[in-house]
Amino acid sequence: MSSPHIFEGHGVSGTMFRVMAALVPGIVFYVIAFGPSILISLTIASLTALAVEAAMIRLRAYPVKPFVTDGSVLLTAWLLALSIPPMSPWWLIVVGTVIAVVFAKHLFGGLGNNLFNPAMVGFAALMISFPAYMTHWPAPTVLAGVHLGFGDQLAYMLTGALPAGMEVDAINMATPLDTLKTQLHLHHTVSEVLQMPIFDVIGGKGSMWIAAMYLLGGIYLWRARIISLHIPLAFLGGLFLMGAFFYLKDADHYVAPWFHLATGGTMLGAFFIATDPVTAAATPRGKLIFGFAAGALTYVIRVLGGYPDGVAFSVLILNAFVPLIDTYTQPRVFGHLKNEEASK
Amino acid sequence: MRTLHTFHGGIHPPEHKAESNAQPIVQAPVSKRLTVSLRQHMGTPAKPLVQVGDKVLKGQMIGEPAGFLSAAVHAPTSGTVIAVEPMAVPHPSGLPDLCVEIEADGEDRWIDHAPIDYQTAPTQAVLDHIRNCGVVGLGGAVFPTHIKLGVQGQLDTLVINAAECEPWITSDDRLMRERADEIVQGIEILQHLLQPKATLVGIEDNKPEAVSAMKQAAAGKAIEILAVPTLYPTGGEKQLIKILTGKEVPSGGRPYQIGVVCTNVATVYTVHRAVNHGEPMISRVVTITGNVKQPGNFEARIGTPLDDLLALAGGALPDTNRYIMGGPMMGMPLPDSGYHVQKGSNCFIAASDALFPPEPAAMPCTRCTHCAEACPVGLRPYELQWFIRGKNFDKARTYNVFDCIECGCCSYVCSSNIPLVQYFRYAKSELMERDREKRAAEMARQRSELKQQRLEREKAEKAAKLAAAAAAKSESPEEKAAKQAAIAAAVERAKAKKAEGDAAPEAPAETIKEEA
Repeated sequence: MSSPHIFEGHGVSGTMFRVMAALVPGIVFYVIAFGPSILISLTIASLTALAVEAAMIRLRAYPVKPFVTDGSVLLTAWLLALSIPPMSPWWLIVVGTVIAVVFAKHLFGGLGNNLFNPAMVGFAALMISFPAYMTHWPAPTVLAGVHLGFGDQLAYMLTGALPAGMEVDAINMATPLDTLKTQLHLHHTVSEVLQMPIFDVIGGKGSMWIAAMYLLGGIYLWRARIISLHIPLAFLGGLFLMGAFFYLKDADHYVAPWFHLATGGTMLGAFFIATDPVTAAATPRGKLIFGFAAGALTYVIRVLGGYPDGVAFSVLILNAFVPLIDTYTQPRVFGHLKNEEASK
Repeated sequence: MRTLHTFHGGIHPPEHKAESNAQPIVQAPVSKRLTVSLRQHMGTPAKPLVQVGDKVLKGQMIGEPAGFLSAAVHAPTSGTVIAVEPMAVPHPSGLPDLCVEIEADGEDRWIDHAPIDYQTAPTQAVLDHIRNCGVVGLGGAVFPTHIKLGVQGQLDTLVINAAECEPWITSDDRLMRERADEIVQGIEILQHLLQPKATLVGIEDNKPEAVSAMKQAAAGKAIEILAVPTLYPTGGEKQLIKILTGKEVPSGGRPYQIGVVCTNVATVYTVHRAVNHGEPMISRVVTITGNVKQPGNFEARIGTPLDDLLALAGGALPDTNRYIMGGPMMGMPLPDSGYHVQKGSNCFIAASDALFPPEPAAMPCTRCTHCAEACPVGLRPYELQWFIRGKNFDKARTYNVFDCIECGCCSYVCSSNIPLVQYFRYAKSELMERDREKRAAEMARQRSELKQQRLEREKAEKAAKLAAAAAAKSESPEEKAAKQAAIAAAVERAKAKKAEGDAAPEAPAETIKEEA
């Protein structure tokens, strides 16, 4: 036992559970806006994740208890569940979680070794394999023609059966981003589209408040010194600047940049997903480049690409650039004129 | 008002100064037996001057400096040498080292004091005096002080390191509160030797009493007392120089390269005692704290058993299971109390698992970069850790592992509880070993090349000699003819012999085989 003899580290689990705590306000507003189904999908994802993690840890002959209880797999499960539609069938959640934990995490070497954000790999796999399910978002409860209780939502997720006489279309509708994209294709102007009832002041009904709560959670993570603000601010900045550029060019066809900040996965992505330390850039300048590029790319995929949102894909693409970014952004070391060698 | 600068990173561990900083320095009684290590400083150990049975006086040199990077060691009291042999010393290796054990006679009789008038004596004489008085850096690195004070060339700044940034330690704090005048006299000796343009004393602002005591003592003198923000490791030499001067000591370099000399405040006090009073370094102020009944500060003779000091502090509490020499960030762990005060022992902490909980088991690195944010050198410990785990030591060197000062900030903040400092010590020693091997191989290669060259040269010389000899014989035609005839005859004889040998081949063939 050599020096130092004192430690303040909270352990991996301490970090992970505090990140999960920061998600709680968002989840509360999720329940208010879309009903309790998100709690069901969080539970399914968590249980699946714990089981798969335990199996993988055992297969890899690691000590099961410290690794299963480190909280990292639960956070992955939560981020995945919060990214996919909340009333997804149970098997969709299970498949996504298994892909995230087995393929994205453990086949790359487990905690700390994965190149790509596991939750986003799970999301991307589901998006590509089951696009129909992944665009089935429930309508906010304030807009839905019918109201589904906990039991109805649970039954729908487990069996796909709706209460007698109810159609799927009555409870589902396109997301705000999707609606905007479709309507713009139909040659409506932005101001016309935003008159539709699904939109709130600067985002979607209900989802705007969830985004605000994620922002709040993110500020907590920053204050608790779990994340630095480099990545979130650069991410939001990249998205905002791209949005502003197109908005100033043609405000009829491109929505205002602040709308992009409040919709889709922006806040969750900026504060909870792009900041995943294992897969994000780690040098101060690297974090800025990583965040900015991911934010700008999110805009490109959202607005010019075929998918309704771009957070997952842009984060995954930037994950691949992390080793390069880190190598070329090594900061100067004390007593060196510049960092002469590390960047070679 | 001088503007202070900052260094990157740093941490705020719990300070734990209050346990002992109100306790005045108490003179520890001379122990019955004192064990003085001959390796009390960085560099070559002192050469023993005494044998078992010798009578020694207090302050008598018992180990003489061996070479330039070395310092003298003295008898801390009068008595009889009862052992000169390897004994347990606080060293990371845990190996015993040569010590002189003295049984005190209780008289504590001094040698004749020989102060030196530094203002009239030649500089070299003063430096030799300091060397012979065994003065070394008391901040922990125990670098021989005469070398630091002997730097040539114009000096910009003399920095007195009084930061005492490690938690728990209060020995320098108490020294400044109680003996500020003598410290200032010491500073004046250094100023005379080094002629700096400015003299800056850096004290962390969690010691306001020390700051005001020093300010009072230095009033009207060309000495600036500066309270610096409390932030570990402000007391790191390079960090403090950066804070006070804004200058960075180059990587792998020494402060004098940027016109700075930095000395610990207790060292300055010791220089004063040595120069103005002729007292060699035989005692120092030691903080005894942690898991003891009554933490305190004691002026103890070098070689005093830790057990005696613990007893003065009311004894270690029953759940004490180890000790730390120095502070909790960089201090050396001691398995038990069977050690003795060294020149570098500013503090002993009695440790229990309750007071110093063992670090939880390490988990994989998640690259949270808290280590990099805390590193005062601006290293990327998480990257280094990956390279070292993969035994990619060259990459660790490229990422400047040798700039690591082992302050422990990265290990302290690591959210995965990875013992990062141990990784870096390991990588450094591996790299140094490889460099040694490389140098040895390079030397062997050069030697073998030289030998090859020599052999070839000798061969050429021999051939030239032979040729010269042959030429000297300068044969006449007749002689040539005679020689040729003789050769022809010999060839004939050989042919005949061969034909003979073919007929009866067995025996000679075997001989040939054996020879082959």
